[in-house]
Amino acid sequence: MKFTWFHLMPYRFLPADFKEKYRSVWVDIPRDLYDPKVGHRLYNDYLDQLEYADAMGFDGLGVNEHHQNAYGLMPSPNIMAAALSRRTRNASLVVLGNSIALYNPPIRVAEESAMLDVISGGRLVAGFPVGTSMDTNFCYGEIPATIREKYYEAHDLIIKAWKEKDVFSFNGKYTKLRYVNLWPKPIQQPHPPIWIPGGGSVETYDFCADHDYQYSFLSYFGYIAGKKVADGYWEVMAKKKKELNPYSLGFAQVVAVSETDEQAEKDYAPHMDYFYNRCLHVYNGFADAPGYRTVRTIKAGILGQVGDRAALQREGLKWKDFIEQGYVIAGSPKTVRERLREAMKSLNCGHLMMLMQIGSMPPELVRKSTNLFATEVMPHMRDLWSNFEDKWSPKRMPQNEIAMPAPVHFQKTEVNGKARAAAAASTEVRSAK
Amino acid sequence: MNTTQKLLNGKFSLEMQVYGSGEPLLFMHGAGGLMPVEPFLEELGKNFKVYAPQFPGYGESTGNEYIDDIADAVLFYHELMDELGIPTANIVGHSMGGMLAAEVAAFDVHRARKLVLIAPAGFWIDEVPIPDFFAAQLTEIAPLLFHDPNSRAAQMMTAIPTDFKALETMYVERVKRLATASKFLWPIPDRGLKKRAYRIQAPTLLLWGDDDKLIPPAYAKEFTSRIKNSKLELIKNAGHMVMYEQQEALVGAIRKFLKG
Repeated sequence: MKFTWFHLMPYRFLPADFKEKYRSVWVDIPRDLYDPKVGHRLYNDYLDQLEYADAMGFDGLGVNEHHQNAYGLMPSPNIMAAALSRRTRNASLVVLGNSIALYNPPIRVAEESAMLDVISGGRLVAGFPVGTSMDTNFCYGEIPATIREKYYEAHDLIIKAWKEKDVFSFNGKYTKLRYVNLWPKPIQQPHPPIWIPGGGSVETYDFCADHDYQYSFLSYFGYIAGKKVADGYWEVMAKKKKELNPYSLGFAQVVAVSETDEQAEKDYAPHMDYFYNRCLHVYNGFADAPGYRTVRTIKAGILGQVGDRAALQREGLKWKDFIEQGYVIAGSPKTVRERLREAMKSLNCGHLMMLMQIGSMPPELVRKSTNLFATEVMPHMRDLWSNFEDKWSPKRMPQNEIAMPAPVHFQKTEVNGKARAAAAASTEVRSAK
Repeated sequence: MNTTQKLLNGKFSLEMQVYGSGEPLLFMHGAGGLMPVEPFLEELGKNFKVYAPQFPGYGESTGNEYIDDIADAVLFYHELMDELGIPTANIVGHSMGGMLAAEVAAFDVHRARKLVLIAPAGFWIDEVPIPDFFAAQLTEIAPLLFHDPNSRAAQMMTAIPTDFKALETMYVERVKRLATASKFLWPIPDRGLKKRAYRIQAPTLLLWGDDDKLIPPAYAKEFTSRIKNSKLELIKNAGHMVMYEQQEALVGAIRKFLKG
């Protein structure tokens, strides 16, 4: 069993009346709700958390791409992966990922991924999402009816750029290039492992199965509701006579660990509420532009992650319901161990994408939950799927060949404990206003 | 009368409404498509032979995958006109259809005998942004489209079925239509008509509801300033869906212009 510590990097300080006052956390959220000085603190806290997860033995560090929103503040996940590449040593850099249809030309993604793979000594996982409708259609203006075709073409170009030995020309419908000649090329040959994040589009199952990519189902409905999608995926895999290897499925799950079940509720319930009611408060008109999802997917009855129907499903849910319905796996280490094992077995899932910084959760709680998970849950789950080979994790350079960042000596260090604590406290005060 | 028209290129099979007899009139519908029966076209059928195809991707019409942009759409209409035996016709278009009608008349100046554009799309004015129709919710549509959102016509056009199956069907149909429309209108309905509109030779009548909240009448001057032989007539007490709110005034104005 493998564990990726996945960060969304939300804005933690949306006002309490956000949901009543504003129609959407995405696309047209007022700009004046963002304070860059708070943002400075958040980015640095969040990178600290990912670095901590590396030190605690998580297998992967997850980042992703979103635009014009307070739900996830990474318009460019590659910048975050680059920041992580120097101070982390072991974990894979799971960039899940670049919305490849948005780049012109998409070769940019092939280049930046290669850079990340080379800098990190072969630790990159390249994720290719289509991107949400909010991000791609409403924020980046892509035509809903053609975005999937553009996505597939971008994919073909990137893969070819990674694989091809010589300069080639690419005459696509959306991208035309006379000379494609990728410098640098990735450490991992022919290319880093590819994970395809999906929100339940049925076409994505086939795409992953046909290319032997890992399918990552990113859902906030939790593992009980997610079973329908996982089953759909395994059904396609079986039909195509593919190995039913749990490592070919990734699944995102909100996880929170505390000393006891009661303490978990005390610690995390308010942040869960913030996540589901503010971070996911998306205007229904932005949830699903006409043509973004295919008619086939709509008819399959798979619920979108955001929008009125998703909100309705969550309406009025309390901590107990979130736990019981599997949206969240939280509690004492023992509870989390048991439920997580049950969840991963029922989904046949080998790559868990864990959301451990949830909504407004402050750094000290993130650290506690991460620490408890790493020490009291993770070791007890490592045996799961040990009879399968994980073909979807990076094949990095040997540790002894990997370059170490040279030490830097400051004359006077500003980040002593006191100054740092004061700065953190001032952020909390500033944001509470 | 509903017919099926298959084009010789094998790409398109069209559901088409045909009304009346007389001089040919080709109607191009807006982003919402045609209703099963269109009373205002039936009325125009008293003077004209009206051809009203559902655009590929609408209703039963197929071949949407062969149309990516304005050039594809224009060539589609040229082929259709040739195969209907009406290489030149009166062309009437509403909203997105008005935009396409203007493009057809601009690409080949011999296609339109006379041109009627009803609240056409095709331009963008920063000071008068067009509301985001694609993001509008079912409950928000009536006020955008109608002068009187409580009128019977408005209520009928925008009724939301309570039965789940019917709702799903309606939703899927809406997705299909708007996905097609997005090829010309997303995210901003400007595909270069401003470069070509000057070419239009046909006498052109612009008709606009005086209370159009989707494409406000301010957009009329983008057309009248570029099309030499053009004039604007405002229709009183009408929103964007002029034909359902002021059918008589609309049909009267079209008839007078085309017959005059």
